[in-house]
Amino acid sequence: MNNRMKSEREQLFHDIGVISFVVTEMNEYLDTHPTDKEAMEYLNHYVRMQNQAMREYAMKYGPLRISDADGCNQNEWKWATQPWPWEGGC
Amino acid sequence: MWSYEKRLQYPVNIKEPNAKLAQVILTQYGGPDGELGASMRYISQRYSMPYNEVAAILTDIGTEELAHLEMVSTIVHQLTRNLSMEEIAESGFANYYVDHTVGIWPMAAGGIPFNSCEFQSKGDAITDLHEDMAADATLLKMQHMFKASYATSHIRTSNVLQ
Repeated sequence: MNNRMKSEREQLFHDIGVISFVVTEMNEYLDTHPTDKEAMEYLNHYVRMQNQAMREYAMKYGPLRISDADGCNQNEWKWATQPWPWEGGC
Repeated sequence: MWSYEKRLQYPVNIKEPNAKLAQVILTQYGGPDGELGASMRYISQRYSMPYNEVAAILTDIGTEELAHLEMVSTIVHQLTRNLSMEEIAESGFANYYVDHTVGIWPMAAGGIPFNSCEFQSKGDAITDLHEDMAADATLLKMQHMFKASYATSHIRTSNVLQ
């Protein structure tokens, strides 16, 4: 990672990546430990953070998932017009 | 049912193309121990799994392997961007290029197309879980092989992956 300051968009996108990683790992842990209450609370906390960050990203820059598309600028279908993940950057 | 998130599980931003390296990485997409086989293995084995918890983890790992598949194909895509015809000829990429240009197509590094014989779905929980463990063990070996290919590709790590 270079030392350049991240833009607000890059920072939020980075945070979504980190939060989502935790959600995925906790999801898989809970699959085989389905009565671990502490783990469930931990997952719930991160799911709420994920939803909040995803909503904020969709509202400001365009949706990363269709379930957040209603929070976007309704003049343009940004899901289709914004760059795709394999092109790098956000 | 699946839904898509428009982001990679981990970002990929490759600065310089390297067709030689791309041909090695491609095997992690559609080779015998690649992500396509991994995701199909877990997703296919779910139906005969007698325990809900195990069906759950097969579903979620199978899904995560699809996210890995997308990262690997992104690496190959970015390594083969903006190649000159000279680079294609010199890197040995011409054999792939004549069939697929720079399209992403699942095959092993040796040119063998992806096929479902890369994994098993036996309808037996113990058999399938042993196959999963064996498949997982190939990952460690693959990582060593990739590092070796990487070191000999004449490119500094910082230039390729950030």
